[in-house]
Amino acid sequence: MKKLAISSVAIATLLAGSLYAGNGTLRLITWKGYAPKALVKKFEKETGIKVKVTYSNNEEMIAKLRATRGGGFDLAQPSVDRISFVQKKFHIYHAIDYSKVNTDQITAAMVKAAKKISGVDGKVYSVPFIYGTTGMIVNKKLAPGANDWSDLWNPKYAGKISYRLKRPILIGAAFGMGYDPFALYSDKAAYKKLIDKVTKKLIESKKYVKTYWTSGDTQKGLVQSGDVVVESGWDAIGWQAHNKNPNIDFICPKSGALGWIDTFAIPAKSKNIEAAYKWINFILQPKNAAYVTNKSSYMTVSKDASKYLDAKIKANFSRSYSKADINNIKWYDALPSGFATIEAKALDKIKAAQ
Amino acid sequence: MENKKGFNITFYLLILPVLLWLIVLIVLPHLDLLISSFQGDSDAGGKVFTLEHYMAFFQSKIYWLTFINTAAYAIGITILAFIVTFPVAFYLTKVISKKYASFLALLLLIPLWVGELVTVYGWMIILGDHGVINEFLLSIGLIDKPIDMLYTNFSMTIGLLYISMLFMVVPIMSTLESLDDSLIEAASDLGASKWTIFTKIIIPYSMPGITSGGIIVFMLVIGDYVAPDILGGKSSLWFTEQIYNEFLSTFNWGEGAAFGFLLLMISSSIIWLALKLTGQKLERVGS
Repeated sequence: MKKLAISSVAIATLLAGSLYAGNGTLRLITWKGYAPKALVKKFEKETGIKVKVTYSNNEEMIAKLRATRGGGFDLAQPSVDRISFVQKKFHIYHAIDYSKVNTDQITAAMVKAAKKISGVDGKVYSVPFIYGTTGMIVNKKLAPGANDWSDLWNPKYAGKISYRLKRPILIGAAFGMGYDPFALYSDKAAYKKLIDKVTKKLIESKKYVKTYWTSGDTQKGLVQSGDVVVESGWDAIGWQAHNKNPNIDFICPKSGALGWIDTFAIPAKSKNIEAAYKWINFILQPKNAAYVTNKSSYMTVSKDASKYLDAKIKANFSRSYSKADINNIKWYDALPSGFATIEAKALDKIKAAQ
Repeated sequence: MENKKGFNITFYLLILPVLLWLIVLIVLPHLDLLISSFQGDSDAGGKVFTLEHYMAFFQSKIYWLTFINTAAYAIGITILAFIVTFPVAFYLTKVISKKYASFLALLLLIPLWVGELVTVYGWMIILGDHGVINEFLLSIGLIDKPIDMLYTNFSMTIGLLYISMLFMVVPIMSTLESLDDSLIEAASDLGASKWTIFTKIIIPYSMPGITSGGIIVFMLVIGDYVAPDILGGKSSLWFTEQIYNEFLSTFNWGEGAAFGFLLLMISSSIIWLALKLTGQKLERVGS
């Protein structure tokens, strides 16, 4: 097991670091769907820089960069709320030089949000790229009334409920219970008390849960097979499922969907910072950003991309987000240090409960 | 003289890769882990020696309960693996002819070729609510709604058993192969019952194989991550998952490392204890 945790992290980064370094290469660690093959090819042709893509998620990205103290990759794509506390503690990123970023092609509000959330000591550590929300995926035929986080412990759907046992469910459940967890980010003791209440609620209602999903694929699979009719989920996944079965759709919970922004951050030991900025400016060009969105359904921060979006993608957005829903999105703020431990302990407790 | 010298050179040449393997791939990474398991952050931001990571295991009920749960399952699955595989090993070595036996033994290896993840997904297809078994039972009208099999401790046990079974069959087969059939015949001629032959001759003879198979299966299961994570239900928290969480969710590498060493030490002690209790010797197992 120790081998799994440490050596996979260490060896993977070592290999990546030693084999693919070089001036003509951009080593990108990102999420599935964020760097489509066609765009990688286009970028390589335009700039002559080879792109080596590694797929990952927030936790792994941070663990890998931490193991190498910011080496092994030239560009990473963590979520905006996971940057500042990691940067404060482990110093694994370079500050962003916004004069090198073509901000004209990015929605101003998103740049502002990224600057605020990923700022440490007056420096900014991220450029926004893709945003979306965690809300609920509902089978409207089998669960017509489900419209809030609290339906994740509604006995009416007993045995047909699922969510991921990670931090979004703690936050969502807190909102569903009528609290505002983000307002407690300045008060650790109060936050812990709130998480304890949420933990109790989720343990009590555990009997209604079919299983905890673990990935985009499993959340899609569960709702598509009909094993689950109400689950927490990502907007893009709900829309992908909607394409296959129009009864299934993504909805914003009444008490607010949770908004996330995935960003670009430059690791401290990046060997090709120039290429990193080139990639950022390249993929945020309206046409390219629209291509990413059309392929994956994830929403882009690129300003004029909507001109190039498929009608189906636009329809998804207007179907799931009313004006009120958008105003009610709860955007993740930077997670204060120490809070991750509170949440992890709570999650362990819920998982172990019978 | 010359002979002895030659022997020495060969000896060192042969031992070199073994030592390199041990030191570079096993000792060094573990040393690093061992150090970080004793390291804590001081208030000033430096590194200080601490036992808090190890204490955390004993202080939080959830950690040691999870460990006990994991260990209990590992022991249970080891016993199950023995019960399931012993007849198979006996059949392959003693009942059918050598010609078919090697072919069948080869078939047994197939799950190893495709890898753990694929076999685990295979079980998901078989056990799911709309999986092979449930669909079959529904279609013949034996049940009217699917039985909950996937994402339970049952599916996790099946998965772990399936993955580890092979490591029980092979050592048992290799000891049974050297068992002289005439011993069984002689006992039979002298009027021993089948049960007596089994408990007095076959089992004692194959004990080294059973023990080494048991150790491998126990260690594999207690250190497995994939099957509990994917097949396990909403309540099956495996100790390795907790170590994974320490490293990847809370970034508490010190505690993760400490838990890793605790896993290593406690599971080794369980094996030592089991060897003592059954009167087995590790040296015999190796032969």
